[in-house]
Amino acid sequence: MGLPQFLFLIEGLKWTLALVAIAFVGGTVAGLSVALARTSGIRVLERATAGYIALFQGTPLLMQLFVVYYGLALAGLRLDAWVAVAAGFTLHASAYLGEIWRGSIEAVPWGQIEAARALNLRYLVRMRHVVMPQALRISMPATIGFLVQLLKGTSLAAIVGFTELTRAGSIVSNQIFEPLTVFAIVGALYFALCWPLSIWGTRIERRLATATR
Amino acid sequence: MNYKLDFTPIVDGLPILLGGCLGTLGLALGGMVLAIVIGIGGVVLRNSRIRALRWAVVGFVELIRNTPFLVQIYFIFFALPLAGIRLDPTPTAIIALGINGGAYAIEIIRGGVQAIGKGQIEAGLALALHRMQVFRLIVLKPALRSIYPSLVSQFILLTLTTSVASAVSAYELTSVAQTIESNSFRSFEVYGTVTVFYFAMSWLLMRMFGLIHAHYLSYPLK
Repeated sequence: MGLPQFLFLIEGLKWTLALVAIAFVGGTVAGLSVALARTSGIRVLERATAGYIALFQGTPLLMQLFVVYYGLALAGLRLDAWVAVAAGFTLHASAYLGEIWRGSIEAVPWGQIEAARALNLRYLVRMRHVVMPQALRISMPATIGFLVQLLKGTSLAAIVGFTELTRAGSIVSNQIFEPLTVFAIVGALYFALCWPLSIWGTRIERRLATATR
Repeated sequence: MNYKLDFTPIVDGLPILLGGCLGTLGLALGGMVLAIVIGIGGVVLRNSRIRALRWAVVGFVELIRNTPFLVQIYFIFFALPLAGIRLDPTPTAIIALGINGGAYAIEIIRGGVQAIGKGQIEAGLALALHRMQVFRLIVLKPALRSIYPSLVSQFILLTLTTSVASAVSAYELTSVAQTIESNSFRSFEVYGTVTVFYFAMSWLLMRMFGLIHAHYLSYPLK
């Protein structure tokens, strides 16, 4: 494998990173809303978001991508392929992050919320300054874990036909007939991105465990 | 919007779609069994006295957990023939699923085994139980009980991951759906329906694992 092929892989890697960034930022905004709705105490909202989360956790990511991809086209939206794929990943991320953050919001000791109420703090202030800062800390290991999951998940965009790292790998491998070399390099690139994140997540988890002991 | 949803290709293709569901369940089941075997074997090796073996297991787990399944299945798909092993796509997919699930299973089972008190093992040895008996009765079963929920969610994830095996054209639901889609061009209807099928399968598996837990792992034992 020569330099041009490697540069092609790096070009694919850029798209992988772009997808992850969009999905994570979009998923954070939407996921926060999902988590707040899921813990709102309003029954209809809680039921609806629980269903939303169950739907995404009970079906394959690949199917979610397909359905969003063709669903948007059906709805008459003429979008670039990559916008449709990014939308699919964003929805996926919102459900998973929503569930992670629901768990962390509920893990904040109830006394904290009662204390905030006793101080006559309104819902938004209470959430913004009392609950969320603590929930965020608790959620860090799981959130980082999901980020790794998402990074690996973007490889499925290759099956939908979007040229990110994995599909760039397939293309190169078809050109030079060295699938093992190519996919080993592709795997190494993913590993170089995911492994540091995983280590970071474990470290934070350990620190949290000692802090709460 | 003047598109009319048309489900006739799905109704016509229902028998082969259900066949695809069975294919998916078969892949998932094969993957789970292999994952459990690799998981238990890996934990035994990870606790071995030989340092190289311990490191090999750690390296395997980190490698698998930090690379995408799609890349793994491609790699295995191309690597097996080079190693002189010629297999159909479906067994290849089962091997890939088992290896992937096995790495996660090692981590999960290890967590459960670590939680077993050393005193319990010593007590077992003091009662003159054989080493294998200690492992099976005192370590494995209580460990399985405590890790059961995480193992189940890992297995559900494995079942959903089988859809990726369509990339090497293994026989399962997604590749069947792709065939129907390419013949009918009813993409949204086909994938929408298949998504519902997957949802039903993961729900069914969840219920099944719940029943297994109630019958074999509930505590105190019946």
